[in-house]
Amino acid sequence: MHEEIKHNIHSLLSKGTRLDGRSASDFRPVSIEYDVAHNAEGSARVRIGETEVIAGVKMEVMKPYPDTADQGSLMVNVELLALSSPDFEAGPPSGDAIELARVTDRAIRESKMIDLHKLCVTPGEKAWMVVIDVCTVNDAGNLFDAIALAALAAVKNATFPGFDGEKIDYHEKTDKPLPLQRLPISLTLYKYGKHVLVDPTQDEELAYDSRLTVAVLEDGSLASMQKGGDEAFSIDDLSEILDVAVEKSQVLRTAL
Amino acid sequence: MTYEKRSDGRRFDELRPIAAKVGVIPRAVGSAWFKIGKTEAYAAVYGPREMYPKFLQDPLKGCLRCHYNMMPFSGSGERVRPGSNRRSKEISLVMERALRPVVDLSQFPNAVVDVFVELPQTDAGTRCAGICAASMALADAGIPMRDLVCAVSAGKVEDKIILDLMYDEDSAEEGVDIPIAMLANSKEISLLQMDGMITKKDLMKAIDLAKKAVDEICDVQKTALKERFNVAEH
Repeated sequence: MHEEIKHNIHSLLSKGTRLDGRSASDFRPVSIEYDVAHNAEGSARVRIGETEVIAGVKMEVMKPYPDTADQGSLMVNVELLALSSPDFEAGPPSGDAIELARVTDRAIRESKMIDLHKLCVTPGEKAWMVVIDVCTVNDAGNLFDAIALAALAAVKNATFPGFDGEKIDYHEKTDKPLPLQRLPISLTLYKYGKHVLVDPTQDEELAYDSRLTVAVLEDGSLASMQKGGDEAFSIDDLSEILDVAVEKSQVLRTAL
Repeated sequence: MTYEKRSDGRRFDELRPIAAKVGVIPRAVGSAWFKIGKTEAYAAVYGPREMYPKFLQDPLKGCLRCHYNMMPFSGSGERVRPGSNRRSKEISLVMERALRPVVDLSQFPNAVVDVFVELPQTDAGTRCAGICAASMALADAGIPMRDLVCAVSAGKVEDKIILDLMYDEDSAEEGVDIPIAMLANSKEISLLQMDGMITKKDLMKAIDLAKKAVDEICDVQKTALKERFNVAEH
């Protein structure tokens, strides 16, 4: 089954097209809707083609970690809901869910998107923790990009809840946004033979050789990477992949 | 004490605004979305598929299984820790019982029909919204059914019998919350729970409010199903 799909994808790519008629570097339509969950401090729904995910930000106040006593903290969690695909099961997070969460986390953390120092309330005693949960609603491929974009959009949408120094009042919403420094666009490139693809569908995800997720900043510099897939790629391949990544990151950046 | 006015200005016997859509999750066999006020539920149906683990298989008929879950950012107040808990397990169970009277799984021995209900945002009445969405999703999946199931909460705050409680009413001191599911045509009750103290007379009044609301909810469900299958409204 996979071999057949793989064969079709390769023969179409050599003719410059794909199963759904797109070219290798075309995204499906990308849309973002903000404020989709009123109990969250920030939220967003991202659609890429038929893929749909919802991200929500909840804020908590906790004791800072001893090694970063003057900083707040960040947590990213991904729920691959059994509602969104026949391939997902209810229960503890799978390896895939953990990888998706950690790759999304690293793009945000390593780019210093959120100024964690400004989340500190009292050094060594109290600091804000930003918890980003991303839930899948429909998996039609490219969850990596959809999840990363939704996490970014939800953080961008978030405001602090009311806080009197002791207790959080989640019903009071301030208009104070989170301290953001930059917006890292995380996107994933897929290699099929000599071809580099963006935004794979469910079927295309069954048949790639290797993939690279990379977070790209406004100035084209890179903040984090993760290679996946069963095949290796060459240094020249990497160079080509990164060029496509920087160019295509604009598609997702303009959707924000 | 008299309850003068609801915080959203509704009449005591009035539902919050309702919206519904069918076929919202393409990967599922059947799916639906149901929104009532600020409570929003997705339901997806997978199956009939082989029941696993195998010892749960019933050689005489298929099994209906519900999974209720609140998204971590959906609750009022602190983040809800992901994964099932005592509350979500119980709600899953009563949702199954609310839906079983209408589905006929005799054609699917050894199989399971899974219904996943997820809530992105909540303002009380989540199990009822979940049942409304699940009922539409089962119809969308083509599961043999003899009726739709509609659900709404009724109850009492101070001296007033009220329909469709919000979070501030559900959590009010001495408040009574009664989630009710009914078969749309027969008005038979397939889910009934209650938290709080009430006289039989007031309970019957509350159930009567729910019964009247069921027709309104069912109209929204039917319209959404007709839209899904491009059946013209007459």
